Amino acid sequence: MFSFHSIKDYQSTLLNGQTTCVEAVSYYLQQIEAQKHLNAFLEVFTEDALAQAARLDALQLSGKPLGKLHGVVVSIKDVICYKGHTVSAGSKILEGFTSVYNATAVEKLLAAGAIIIGRNNCDEFAMGSSNENSAFGPVLNALDNERVPGGSSGGSAVAVQAGLCMISLGSDTGGSVRQPADFCGIIGLKPGYGRISRYGLIAYASSFDQIGIFGTQVSDVALALEVIAGADDFDSTVSHQPIPAFSESLQNTSPKKYRIAYFKEALEHPSLDTEIANAIKTLITQLQSEGHTVEPVAFDLLDYIVPAYYILTTAEASSNLSRFDGIKYGYAAKDDFANLTDFYKKSRSAGFGKEVKRRIMLGTFVLSAGYYDAYFTKAQQVRRMLQETTKQVFGNYDVIIAPTVPSPAFKFGEKSNDPIEMFLADIYTVFANLVGIPGISIPLFKHSSGVPFGLQVMAAQDNEVTLLQLSDSLLQNKPL
Amino acid sequence: MNMTADKYEVVIGLEVHAQLATASKLFCGDSIAFGAAPNTHVSPVTLGHPGTLPKTNKKAVEYAIKMGIACNCEIERYNYFARKNYFYPDLPKGYQVSQHTTPICKGGYITIKTENGGTRNVQLNRIHMEEDAGKSIHTMDDEYTYVDYNRAGTPLIEIVTEPDLHSAEEAYQYVTEVRRLVQWIGVCDGNMEEGSLRCDANVSIRLKGETELGTKVEVKNLNSIRNVKHAIQYEVERMIQMAEAGERIIQQTRSFDADTDTTFSIRDKEEANDYRYFAEPDLAPFILSDTFIESVQKSLPALPQALQHKYQNALGLSEYDAAQLCMDKATTEYFDGTLAFTKNYKAVANWINGPVKSYLNEHKILLEQFGLSAQQLAGIIELVEGGKVNFSVASTKILPVLAAESNSNAADIASRLNLLQVSDTNELEAWVEQALENMPDKVKEYQKGKKGLIGLFVGEVKKLSKGKADPKVVTTLLEQKLNK
Repeated sequence: MFSFHSIKDYQSTLLNGQTTCVEAVSYYLQQIEAQKHLNAFLEVFTEDALAQAARLDALQLSGKPLGKLHGVVVSIKDVICYKGHTVSAGSKILEGFTSVYNATAVEKLLAAGAIIIGRNNCDEFAMGSSNENSAFGPVLNALDNERVPGGSSGGSAVAVQAGLCMISLGSDTGGSVRQPADFCGIIGLKPGYGRISRYGLIAYASSFDQIGIFGTQVSDVALALEVIAGADDFDSTVSHQPIPAFSESLQNTSPKKYRIAYFKEALEHPSLDTEIANAIKTLITQLQSEGHTVEPVAFDLLDYIVPAYYILTTAEASSNLSRFDGIKYGYAAKDDFANLTDFYKKSRSAGFGKEVKRRIMLGTFVLSAGYYDAYFTKAQQVRRMLQETTKQVFGNYDVIIAPTVPSPAFKFGEKSNDPIEMFLADIYTVFANLVGIPGISIPLFKHSSGVPFGLQVMAAQDNEVTLLQLSDSLLQNKPL
Repeated sequence: MNMTADKYEVVIGLEVHAQLATASKLFCGDSIAFGAAPNTHVSPVTLGHPGTLPKTNKKAVEYAIKMGIACNCEIERYNYFARKNYFYPDLPKGYQVSQHTTPICKGGYITIKTENGGTRNVQLNRIHMEEDAGKSIHTMDDEYTYVDYNRAGTPLIEIVTEPDLHSAEEAYQYVTEVRRLVQWIGVCDGNMEEGSLRCDANVSIRLKGETELGTKVEVKNLNSIRNVKHAIQYEVERMIQMAEAGERIIQQTRSFDADTDTTFSIRDKEEANDYRYFAEPDLAPFILSDTFIESVQKSLPALPQALQHKYQNALGLSEYDAAQLCMDKATTEYFDGTLAFTKNYKAVANWINGPVKSYLNEHKILLEQFGLSAQQLAGIIELVEGGKVNFSVASTKILPVLAAESNSNAADIASRLNLLQVSDTNELEAWVEQALENMPDKVKEYQKGKKGLIGLFVGEVKKLSKGKADPKVVTTLLEQKLNK
């Protein structure tokens, strides 16, 4: 019987003939079928995945060099373009749309020998924190089917959580990888802005979006990052910093004393669940006792970050989503329109869901003449101040730790009627996207309600190495 | 009408859109070649497919800077693009990527000819880069509009003047100069019929002495220099009539009908869009180094007005000759090329502005297609200046032959066709005798004092010699005979 622990172990069983890629894919296809009720997959690429697996098995037999992700079974969030395959961004407006090109991340996955097994359900256009905004129904948290898996990359998180693939790609604009990882008890990494090319990632908010990686082992996440990160001719905002061998950086790490900061206001915030606050405070004491420097840093901008985030992201979204006009592709109103404007209105009203329309309206409003300076310009100023603060913090500390989410996975319908409450729950994750730094959520804790929750670690721009090393040490419970 | 017109001052600002002559689009590798089958130069980026991203074409940036330097602009070092948001079927992304608050070139001027024969600097506000939209075709179907996205994403520069033009004629001179300049430096083919160069005019009038600008009307998509002039003429007259009739001029966007030479309203400004500009987050800002700008500056050819100045002052050509040579860059290159083989500046200018231009017009070809090399032309000029062949023979007999024979030289052709002038007295005497015999009456008149008839006799000798007689020697011989 096939079982998966880590990519490294799996690849050695492939090499010594204990298993094959085809066997691995067949196993996951069965699991996906058995866990269909979770609604984690919008489409399973059965034939393509089996064909790729067979090709990879043959490649191994031929003795030719194998890629770093040889045989690794990956699922991708339904906002990442895979040539010749449907992509819908969890929305009705892309009805009937097939991507004619590969996202750079997909291109790199395939070139490294990965197998893409299907596309994951998500909140429509990556807008949401519970996966209740998908046009194709919610995804269920595999640990407790009455609870949300988080969002927007809920399908990807559950695919890893429920063992339906080895790793999964999501996207994180304001916490959409870290928050569902927290709710599902797995690892979710959002690299720094620009680490992974956004080419082929359907945009929500261009200056915030970043592809992220879900996994169960830090080493798996590190290996995937190493493969898909890096400069790209198709994305002019991508980072040109060299890509360290992230997976190797985890081996042979000598014990190190870290300088760790946390925002005092964050741990004292009224919205924070007491158990989560206490768990982190306990961890702080433990880390201090182990000789690490863990210090509070004043952060008086905390209450501005969610408003600034929603102003800037909705502004960009209102423009990014203008292309879905029913003219060139996707859902188009049929016959019952009076003129061009009416056609646009009918196509977009029926094609987009409620939350997406809310954000388009909000974004259009904050960019409108007369309101621009009061909202958009102000929010940009907040963003610049945050970037300054961040620079100062990382001048003195290696990482910042924080809760990932103020409360653990909630039940379906619990917050969906109060968008403001839903927005405010992003308080700990949007910071990393506003300033462009990498962040990770690691499953360290368990809540009395029975669900897990995570610790968020953030590092300076381009310093994913420290982030991954510290996370690995914490998870393996080895002395830091 | 003139009396009325004198009461008003006309104020015009022009926005000229020039499609840059790059190989590919502003933000992707699609070709921008004109005339391809509809929707064949359309990658996912051009079509705005979900997930696609723009990547700036460096050549387009270089061309924009070239134009900026040619127009004496200040070049902005820190640049970014902005999104101009509006819905229209020919705009694939629902926004146009343009430079809103930081145009790459600021200020500057373009020198135009004035009606009294002088020159004047027209002040520019800016030159900025943006992408073109696709083309909506309304005429193919009664019910539907067709859209061709080939043009979408073509790099444009928009050259915007201050409200610094004051007549239709000035606007005409300005657009003529812009076209010459873009073609000269090679950033745009200047073809207005194909839409490579398009002009919008902002026109207003005010009473003379008034300092506030009047309400402006924007006339869009003027696709020839003639239309620029005619549209403004019509618009100015319309506005003056309205003002005289006490009517209020309203802010409008109008279009020009070239068939009737009139303009008509397409929308009132009250319906203006809110374009919700913001910095394009899909493109990193780009910073231009001094080194890069200097390298662009070095790649610029000498500009027409500087060359004309040089031709007049250093080479002593007349203003007319120099201006004629500087109509386009190919002509100046041909001129400069010919000077490598002969120092007869004036003669070279005369030859290029005269026989060469006539030949090109007659054969309907461009200078670039002309077979006569600069060296061959210099050879002809040397023959004429050396008195070996006369000018008219050289231009009508030698030039056409030489233009078809790239390996021949003028002297060979002259001797092959037996066109070299005869200055041998013995040979000439026979023709002189014959000429005088042919016109006994005129000889008498001459001898009675009508000395001006000498030219007639020279002409007769020329005719008899089929142009080969050297007119100087013939004149001397004739005078000797007649004054005996």
